[in-house]
Amino acid sequence: MDGFLTPPESEALLLSLRISAVAVFGALPFAFAAALLLARTRFPGKTLVDGLIHVPLVLPPVAIGFLLLIAFGTRGPLGGWLLDHLGIRFVFSWTGAALASAIITFPFQVRAIRLSLEAIDPGLTAAAQTLGAVWWDRLVNITLPLALPGIAAGLVTAFAASLGEFGAIITFVSNIPGETRTLPLAIYTALQAPGGEAEAMRLSLMSIGLALIFMTLAELAQRRARRINA
Amino acid sequence: MSVEVSLRHAFGGFALDVDFALPRPGVTALFGASGAGKSTIVAAIAGTFRPREGRIVIAGREVLDTAKNVFVPPQRRRAGMVFQDARLFPHMSVRDNLLFGWRRAAPKADSGEIDRVIALLGLEALLARRPRMLSGGEKSRVALGRALLSSPQILLLDEPLAALDAQRRSEILPYLERLRDEAKLPMLYVSHSLDEVARLADDIVVIKQGRSVLQGSVFDVLTGLELPALAGAPPVGAVIAATVVAHSDDGLTALAFDGGTLFVSRLADPVGTRLRLRVRAEEIMLALEEPRGISANNVLAGLVVAIAESGLQADVQLACGPTRLIARITSASARRLALAPGKPVFAIVKSVTVDAPAAHRALPSL
Repeated sequence: MDGFLTPPESEALLLSLRISAVAVFGALPFAFAAALLLARTRFPGKTLVDGLIHVPLVLPPVAIGFLLLIAFGTRGPLGGWLLDHLGIRFVFSWTGAALASAIITFPFQVRAIRLSLEAIDPGLTAAAQTLGAVWWDRLVNITLPLALPGIAAGLVTAFAASLGEFGAIITFVSNIPGETRTLPLAIYTALQAPGGEAEAMRLSLMSIGLALIFMTLAELAQRRARRINA
Repeated sequence: MSVEVSLRHAFGGFALDVDFALPRPGVTALFGASGAGKSTIVAAIAGTFRPREGRIVIAGREVLDTAKNVFVPPQRRRAGMVFQDARLFPHMSVRDNLLFGWRRAAPKADSGEIDRVIALLGLEALLARRPRMLSGGEKSRVALGRALLSSPQILLLDEPLAALDAQRRSEILPYLERLRDEAKLPMLYVSHSLDEVARLADDIVVIKQGRSVLQGSVFDVLTGLELPALAGAPPVGAVIAATVVAHSDDGLTALAFDGGTLFVSRLADPVGTRLRLRVRAEEIMLALEEPRGISANNVLAGLVVAIAESGLQADVQLACGPTRLIARITSASARRLALAPGKPVFAIVKSVTVDAPAAHRALPSL
């Protein structure tokens, strides 16, 4: 890799991978809970919740970044409180980039997990119940393992989508080398400098490679999900 | 180990109103047409359906009493359920499926019971397999074993054979018979097949449009005159408990029952074996005088108890001592013979079906 990428470039690559990993794994419990809620329950306002979860798919990422900046800025309602009480700061930090990526890729995870939950025969959990399994036992030993391929598909899809996030990150946490300059931001930066096309091309090829790897993994996970439930 | 069930519930346009008891260990058939409410009753006993009003007692423990606001959730009812579609956990091996309920049971059956159930159901060779590698009949057997190992105080079988073809069904029935004869727990067997009921059940509860309309021992109900009208089908015939008393040199086996003796083609069962016999209603001819010089091996003397005519057919209930038989003849014959309650007749039994223990010996361990 050293022969192909310069140190700042590999830094951007590693940062992208770290931010995406933290984003998708951090969002996973919430995505699973949301998917469970949407797949298994009925409540007033469900359509609204469903819509809200999917809003990041259609909203301009820049708008999401802007809203996050308002909410989590050091003088924002959430950001101020977090900084004063817990010493946590999202703005201009790689954790903020992870937060933005998590929100934007949340619908991918919820969708994949929800589909796999809906494919599980509800009779199986009823059978487990008559065999003495209480709710968390059924969740851990029946629902979760059967939803695992869907969870994997959601993680991989969200991870791949997160690697490409640009607008929300640059708006919310800016473009700080080594802190928030992910692959897409590095490409953008390279294009701003005269003669940066070669670097932009290398980083773009790297992005294409990563995207292919993760989309293949996602497809394999989905195939496995279909086979288990067949 | 008795079970009492009393339920009332109204769905849109359908009312459930049933009262029955499982008086003893053994198979009680919940018999009725599709849509009569059988599965709902079973779900209420298992606890997966909560009726508006009712009381359910399993082995002396109240698991539901709406008047006292008692509702024991399914996971603590100790009601083993076998579903029509088996519902094996697809991500677990057959062994893990079998042990799912056992691991969670309290009190747990001793581990020797695991091997006994595996042997009883012939599952030895299947243990490492995944459910998707099993045939329909194998799935049913695993589901049965899984429920048995959860230390249930009642076994609920919701049409466990309905999803199987005739061939598979005849493979499973012997296992169910063996279970009936060896397991000492009450079993509620949901079925819409009178043949299955006649073969397996000790007692019957007939459900019609959400109501329990008839209940009693299989011997009484199947030879009763109410059932054909309620079931809208011809009588299936008598079920008779008999014992092997002798094997004669002429190739026949004598089977004694309460009220007479029947002869069948030689059986392999030793003298003293208890068997269940079935005599179909259309396999009986009636005569006013003892017939002589006929090929039938079985002629039983009895009395007419009651007659029910429906159209061109007449169902005649007979008593041979305390044992009841039922014959289906034409109304014309009934009139010609001037059959009436109390009249002595001879029943010429053309064929006898032998069920159980004999069938046990031929169980394949696949």
